[in-house]
Amino acid sequence: MIRVVLPAHLRTLAHVTGEVQLDLPGRATQRTVLDALEGRYPMLRGTIRDHLTKQRRAFVRFFACGEDLSHALPDTPLPDSVATGAEPFVVLGAMAGG
Amino acid sequence: MLSTGGLPAAILAKPGKEQAVSGVRVLVGTRKGAFVLTSDAKRGRWEVSGPHFAGWEIYHLKGSPADPKRLYASQSTGWFGQLIQRSSDGGKTWEPVGNEFVYEGVPGTHQWYDGTPHPWEFARVWHLEPSLTDPDTVYAGVEDAALFRSTDGGKTWQELPGLRGHGSGPSWQPGAGGMCLHTILLDPTDPNRIFIAISAAGAFRSDDAGKTWRPINRGLRSEQIPNPTAEVGHCVHRIAMHRSRPKVLFMQKHWDVMRSDDAGESWREVSGNLPSDFGFPIEVHAHEPDTLYVVPIKSDSEHYPPDGKLRVYRSRTGGNEWEALTKGLPQRDCYVNVLRDATAVDSLDPCGVYFGTTGGQVYASADAGDSWAPIVRDLPAVLSVEVQTLP
Repeated sequence: MIRVVLPAHLRTLAHVTGEVQLDLPGRATQRTVLDALEGRYPMLRGTIRDHLTKQRRAFVRFFACGEDLSHALPDTPLPDSVATGAEPFVVLGAMAGG
Repeated sequence: MLSTGGLPAAILAKPGKEQAVSGVRVLVGTRKGAFVLTSDAKRGRWEVSGPHFAGWEIYHLKGSPADPKRLYASQSTGWFGQLIQRSSDGGKTWEPVGNEFVYEGVPGTHQWYDGTPHPWEFARVWHLEPSLTDPDTVYAGVEDAALFRSTDGGKTWQELPGLRGHGSGPSWQPGAGGMCLHTILLDPTDPNRIFIAISAAGAFRSDDAGKTWRPINRGLRSEQIPNPTAEVGHCVHRIAMHRSRPKVLFMQKHWDVMRSDDAGESWREVSGNLPSDFGFPIEVHAHEPDTLYVVPIKSDSEHYPPDGKLRVYRSRTGGNEWEALTKGLPQRDCYVNVLRDATAVDSLDPCGVYFGTTGGQVYASADAGDSWAPIVRDLPAVLSVEVQTLP
């Protein structure tokens, strides 16, 4: 079970409160987590990564275990503590804007 | 007798004179959400609902002329990109629909600010124009400039690629606000005719429902481009028409207020006695095809009213002769702007006129502009204003 923390705007869009919990059939990577997230909440498609290229949007960041994973390759395995649900995978908006 | 071409009667009728009207709904897009302002037909007392989509930029929202309960909204932020929201109950509830805007084929390039080729990149939807006859059909004008259409209520979007592909696309350049397609006018007497405008490329027309396009900028003069009378490259800020006379177009250009009497084949200047002919919106009275409204702005580098006085200017002669409308508007220390999509008229009699400012005020006039009062004063910066006259 993967725990995902979404930023407030995306929680509102997806009509969720608190963390989202996802069961992944295989290895936990950014790609598999986001695929599962968008599968359950289709309204999030295009808001975290591009529809076609699947590239992370410029002002979106991925944090976990106190690390910035934003620049990791999408198929890199996530840390074990994220894969086991001990730590959440955090999606957040970068500090920008006003 | 004017043929309605199968249009709903509400589009061509003058409801205030011929129909019962239950009220008016003003749809306001702002930098930080959408607001819905409602009143009865007297337009004296208003209820304010919102913010909807709090914290998001709402560039535009607009109702379907064929079904006033059907609304579309363009919602975006720099963080999370573009969403399209749809309401089927007049804005009480909303649902996100399709937000995938993919340019047809190889996108190609346009010119960047420094003159180098720059790939077409989708940024946001500036303007949503619902079909006059089908609530599920809606057009989207986007940045980087292109025209998209949905025929399934916004679930999926397809580009009308003939616009970017007609030939001049690679020479288009962005204006200061981005290379946006901001104006879409559907001819109520000819379903095949569409007008659009792009900053800073100019105005274009299709006579085959969006399949092919050509520039319609003859008569425009822009000293800010190398060839002031070039076929494309003009920073058109807004065009408007009256539904009863769709071959007559009015334009607020970067500088100059212009008029065409031949569906854009040629233009002539009608700035006349305006204190400044720079501005963004232009609007036509609901029942008087030669009554126009503009909001003069001091200059392209000083985006506020001349002399700190917020004045709407009205022409009752189709341009050239303009009168300042000031009653109820601040006449000192006012330095707001009124953006291109932030004016609208209702179809009551007398015609109601509305505009929103970058200072967050929405002003309304229930007497065709003779007097004004704020509906609401302290919203986020207003990006767009649309009005629905409700049956």
